[in-house]
Amino acid sequence: MITLARRYRFPAAHVLSHPSLSPEGNERVYGKCANPAGHGHDYGLEIAVTGEVDPVSGQVFDRDALDALVRERVLDRFGHRLLNDDPAFADRVPTAENIALVVEAELAGEIARHPGARLARVRIEETRKNAFETGDAR
Amino acid sequence: MSHVRLTRAIEFSTSLRYWNPDLDEAGNRTRFGRRARQHGHNYRLEVTLTGEPDPVTGMVIDLKDLQEILDREVMSRFDHRDLNRDTPYFEKVPPTPENLARVILRILRDALPAGLLHGIRLYEDADTFVELRESEERGGA
Repeated sequence: MITLARRYRFPAAHVLSHPSLSPEGNERVYGKCANPAGHGHDYGLEIAVTGEVDPVSGQVFDRDALDALVRERVLDRFGHRLLNDDPAFADRVPTAENIALVVEAELAGEIARHPGARLARVRIEETRKNAFETGDAR
Repeated sequence: MSHVRLTRAIEFSTSLRYWNPDLDEAGNRTRFGRRARQHGHNYRLEVTLTGEPDPVTGMVIDLKDLQEILDREVMSRFDHRDLNRDTPYFEKVPPTPENLARVILRILRDALPAGLLHGIRLYEDADTFVELRESEERGGA
């Protein structure tokens, strides 16, 4: 089994606040990230797919197919947007943890349609100082 | 004593084309697209070893010794070479990072002191890498 990973980037805005909390409560939990005007990041995204190497192509997963899938399901959908406007974040706060989980749910099924492949890991780098991963440990 | 993992990285540059000799020219171009054309990459190889630090030296391996092995076994074979023409590993399979990583893992398994190799991560470019663990590869592939 080999894991193949590709890295992508998308810029997006978000506001961290939960509707059940008061403005003061949100500020207590999320600090400056609760600024109602929003703020943004250049998110780094790493998608790792695990599988057997196809004997003819020598690849775990076709790069161009993976790029197209990620572009359609993630980059075009969330890039240059306010994440809070997306239905996926209608009832959950767009923290990097939740972004990673949403991306995982969005891609896992599509990747599993390719025989022998599965989504192994989603890594979100919110800034160069914060990274969040779902799935297999490295 | 507990096990510790250590990682050493090297970088090398090669030329290559994704090419499966069992396919004809049109078949290769259809399957691999632009990657079937001659091109090159700056690879970064991260080699991770695992073991108990020696009670006297406090080291899992002397990094000088590890670097010598990597120079001899990896750099001299691949750096500034053409993977398809200058190495014997891609006469039957295309030099994708998956296949190159499997070749390198085999080479390192034979070259390193037994039991130390944990796995490798091979970057083909800054946005593409493959990971291979020795525990998953042994007996497989």
